[in-house]
Amino acid sequence: MTSKSSVEPITQQYVIPGTDFTRAGEASSKVKTILKRLGYDSDAIRRVSIAMYEGEINMVIHAHGGTAKVEIFPDRVEITLSDQGPGISDVSKAMEEGYSTAPDEVRALGFGAGMGLPNMKKCSDDMRVHSVIGKGTDVYMTIRVRGAGG
Amino acid sequence: MKLGKIVELLDAKVLCGGDMDMEIQTACGSDMMSDALAFIEDQAMLLTGLINPQSVRTAEMLDMRCICFVRGKMPGDDVVELAREREIAVLTTRYRMFSACGKLYQAGLRGGDC
Repeated sequence: MTSKSSVEPITQQYVIPGTDFTRAGEASSKVKTILKRLGYDSDAIRRVSIAMYEGEINMVIHAHGGTAKVEIFPDRVEITLSDQGPGISDVSKAMEEGYSTAPDEVRALGFGAGMGLPNMKKCSDDMRVHSVIGKGTDVYMTIRVRGAGG
Repeated sequence: MKLGKIVELLDAKVLCGGDMDMEIQTACGSDMMSDALAFIEDQAMLLTGLINPQSVRTAEMLDMRCICFVRGKMPGDDVVELAREREIAVLTTRYRMFSACGKLYQAGLRGGDC
């Protein structure tokens, strides 16, 4: 699977099921495998993996699932995560480390530490969150990468 | 520190992944996976009491080479199989988190930049 153009990305789309917490992370794992096969640098692969995985978990915890679109360019990976969940009432608050609205049963599963969005931001070179209460949330992330030989 | 040394120090049982010469450079101990995901170090291991598949996914995303479940916890076959597929060694130790981390730290294994 090799990109033949410097402009057209390799695009992958995934449905993130919101009913089975044990399956969260499958899409991120597939993306990680693709990037490894394409020969991208390991640091960037790790950042893409973490950013997308945190996003998947967020969609499962808060929004009953969603969709993920991943566009792989020679110099960057662009991730779009979309859900039709309840929305984020205060995005800046949600970006604070330690702040979480996750229910107790999620904390028992090892999440809800309030590090999801901060981790995503830390791993991204650019991140934007667009959320409407009662309609859903879109998260856009760009992570710069070095391709094979680059 | 070689995996074999870690197994010895923790009196651990190896559930999958038997390369005892595998080098582990750093370790992270946490039951909160998002806290672990903020820990980005190379050739690391995760100590945790969280025995659901998300501990394996967390280790996978971080390129961790080994997970050790503490407090005598035994993961299910699904967790071990997922780790095996992702080429992550799985151990279990009777020691609690504090003691397990302490034994490794005392023997020279560190936690990276923090």
